[in-house]
Amino acid sequence: MIKILDRIFKYIGIGAVLLGLIVLAVLVLDVVRDGFPRLTWDFFTSYPSSKPEQAGILSAWVGTLWIMLTTAALTIPLGIGAAIYLEEYAPKNRWTDFIEINIANLAGVPSVVYGILGLGLFVRALHMDRSVLAGSCTLALLVLPIVILSTREALRAVPSSIREAAYAVGATRWQAISGQVLPAAFGNILTGIILAMSRAIGETAPLVTLGALTYIPFLPTPPVSVSPSFPYVNFSLKGLLDPFTVLPIQIFNWVSRPQKGFLICAAAGIIVLLIITLCLNGAAIYLRHKHQKNW
Amino acid sequence: MFETRNTAVRVKEMMVERLLQFCSLLSVFTTMAIIYILMSETWGFFQKVSLWEFLTDTQWTPLFTIKHFGIMPLLCGTMLTTVIALMVAVPTGLISAVYLSEYASASVRKIVKPILEVLAAVPTVVYGYFALLFVTPVLKKIFPDISGFNSLSAGLVMGIMIIPLVSSLSEDAMHAVPMRLREGAYAVGSQKIQVAFNIVLPAALSGISAAIILAVSRAIGETMIVAIAAGQQPHLTLNPLVPIETISAYIVQISLGDTPHGTLEYKTIFVCGMTLFMMTFFLNMMSFKLRKRFQEVYD
Amino acid sequence: MKPYFQEREKKMLVAAEQSKPSIKITDHIYAGNSANMRNGDTKIQVERFSFRYGANKVLKDVSLNVRAREVTSIIGPSGCGKSTLLRCFNRMNDLIAGTRADGNILIEGQDIYDPRVDVVELRKKVGMVFQKPNPFPKTIFDNIAYGLRINGIRQKSEIIQRVEQSLRDSALWEEVKDRLTDSGLSLSGGQQQRLCVARALAIQPEIVLMDEPASALDPIATAKLEELIVRLKEKYTIVIVTHNMQQAARISDKTAFLMQGEMVEFGVTKDIFTKPTKKITEEYITGRFG
Repeated sequence: MIKILDRIFKYIGIGAVLLGLIVLAVLVLDVVRDGFPRLTWDFFTSYPSSKPEQAGILSAWVGTLWIMLTTAALTIPLGIGAAIYLEEYAPKNRWTDFIEINIANLAGVPSVVYGILGLGLFVRALHMDRSVLAGSCTLALLVLPIVILSTREALRAVPSSIREAAYAVGATRWQAISGQVLPAAFGNILTGIILAMSRAIGETAPLVTLGALTYIPFLPTPPVSVSPSFPYVNFSLKGLLDPFTVLPIQIFNWVSRPQKGFLICAAAGIIVLLIITLCLNGAAIYLRHKHQKNW
Repeated sequence: MFETRNTAVRVKEMMVERLLQFCSLLSVFTTMAIIYILMSETWGFFQKVSLWEFLTDTQWTPLFTIKHFGIMPLLCGTMLTTVIALMVAVPTGLISAVYLSEYASASVRKIVKPILEVLAAVPTVVYGYFALLFVTPVLKKIFPDISGFNSLSAGLVMGIMIIPLVSSLSEDAMHAVPMRLREGAYAVGSQKIQVAFNIVLPAALSGISAAIILAVSRAIGETMIVAIAAGQQPHLTLNPLVPIETISAYIVQISLGDTPHGTLEYKTIFVCGMTLFMMTFFLNMMSFKLRKRFQEVYD
Repeated sequence: MKPYFQEREKKMLVAAEQSKPSIKITDHIYAGNSANMRNGDTKIQVERFSFRYGANKVLKDVSLNVRAREVTSIIGPSGCGKSTLLRCFNRMNDLIAGTRADGNILIEGQDIYDPRVDVVELRKKVGMVFQKPNPFPKTIFDNIAYGLRINGIRQKSEIIQRVEQSLRDSALWEEVKDRLTDSGLSLSGGQQQRLCVARALAIQPEIVLMDEPASALDPIATAKLEELIVRLKEKYTIVIVTHNMQQAARISDKTAFLMQGEMVEFGVTKDIFTKPTKKITEEYITGRFG
């Protein structure tokens, strides 16, 4: 009797595992069916439009690229730095415990609350307006706990014998960390960063809360431009202060429209967004698998 | 013979440490900034609206001419979608976790776990689309009088999204239960199902509770799915087939309009943010403490 | 004795250690140290040294003299504190929180537990080889070059030359000269351990500490390593901890027998093994316990 129950439970278990995967498959099929025909070259090179058949995601994917790069530039050094401090330097005391609890809590704060933080802090108090910079600062704070927690785990996985070996040849603490511990943990740190970036790319709510406009028929000032006169090539960071839109916001905007044509645009945009996130996650899984070392 | 040769190195060491310490302090500043910003506008709000009204009024109509500021309808919407999501995520997640931890081979676990995690990585706006344009039409065949916007489809899809959160953390907790506990039961001829439910689940209970609490916190804060699929009508109802509005969806709704800075309507998003923050903060703390306790037992 | 300690516990001592001021110690401070003057060739002098982890006293009033260019082995049953003692010579135990050292360890007459000593400088003079081979997860070349680079050697030609020299000194050159860019982890266990020896030698220490260096090796690799150790004493002072008494007898000039944190007997290896003065030493070396 109990044996039969055991067998039955096993199949229920397989069913439970498969449930999520089946839903995911249905979701992908549904979106591809709706949106695939809309995925033309023009879709990538057109600005949003009031006519669904002319609308495109040019400003959205360029904005996503801007946001992704600036968020990465902000969050990677800060997150890795914090993780190194907590894992390798911080004394074991109440203050450190407090920081740890604080980070664990920040990891669970709803993303829309980060949007409110960005609105109050970056948009209003620091007068960044609804710029690329305000958006990426907000997202950087949002994914910072993810980077910190995964980097700490990566550092913890480096055996202490590596640190001892470095100390034994006269390394200072920073020399041991920068020369041996960080390179040894590199693969796992990278995995965490990729996952954090994947999260940042998909976030909608905090940027909506910031007030990131949804109709943006222009691009941020390009960082590099060519001119016919001296100095021929211009570098500019002015784009950081320009308004922007990103893929998820564009999709949200289209989903909220009643016309069928915009829903098709949304589906097409979702295909692009899904490809990006699934690629990033695939890369992360591959990296984690590859760097599972046995010391 | 062992005196410092190079003071520059020493100074650099100290500066590096300070710099890294600053990075770690940033998280504390972030929390302080969140609390400060939420508090200052919330304070302004409660100068105009009494806390009593906020907690007991059964209507939320800040954008109408006759304004009511009762959080209950929004809270009710949040609770409704959360409960529906948990009814999907907790059983599915727990059964998956038991299967992966007790039945599946190590290689199956190694492949399935990361694939399940992908469910949590899909952007929420995508789930919103799916709930609104796929799940609701399907539900319409079962419940013909379901509205285009409803908490059922949003809750169900949200539940799917949260499965990996429950399964992954619970599986970790079950995995950490020492083998000797299982061996004792197997030695007297128990079946896997008996071991799983009589030995492993109780032993991993605090870890599993931590996972479920985190899932609750996640569902309460989830925004895009409900903003897209559950509607924007704050009703005090438990009917899952009609449009409702959650706290998070309300924040999005106001952000999309152009509510002038400094008005009472504008302040409502901070009040809602504060409510969300306090609820999730409390839950996150509980989850964290439970996880800590669990780790201490089995380390 | 726990050679591999909790990650978490490591942090504080390093913090404490690095915040200590370091002042140049001039020779005249120690000029009056008569013990040092008398024992001209004493390299390490341990005087009534005690060490504790928290409340647990693992070394009790240990005294010992290590002479230059000799192999001194420390033997004793596991848990006797021999590894702890060894790890005090380069203050590796500093990495563990809640430890306390009393008494003196003098290296060339200088107290290494003096607050003004910079442990980084100390460890450059006192190299170490660990129980388990622990090469860096890098190329064979970089394993050795790392120590040189952090010691301020930037010139490529000098690095190349010293990498080769230390690989020759550790009898590994012939085996790896054609694959210096392979990972250090691709070597066999015995080769890895000799790579660790080479890594220690590259920065030209005066003393090399070895913590049961052969315990993870097969007999052939062990024989090679022992041969190497005997050859190294031409240039270096070597202190080796071993649980293998035959090994101590084969390679060392002096042997110290430690038990429960106390120095039971210390003397010329041959004497210890042939005519120990204490009964307990005899019982240990004849294998009646341990």
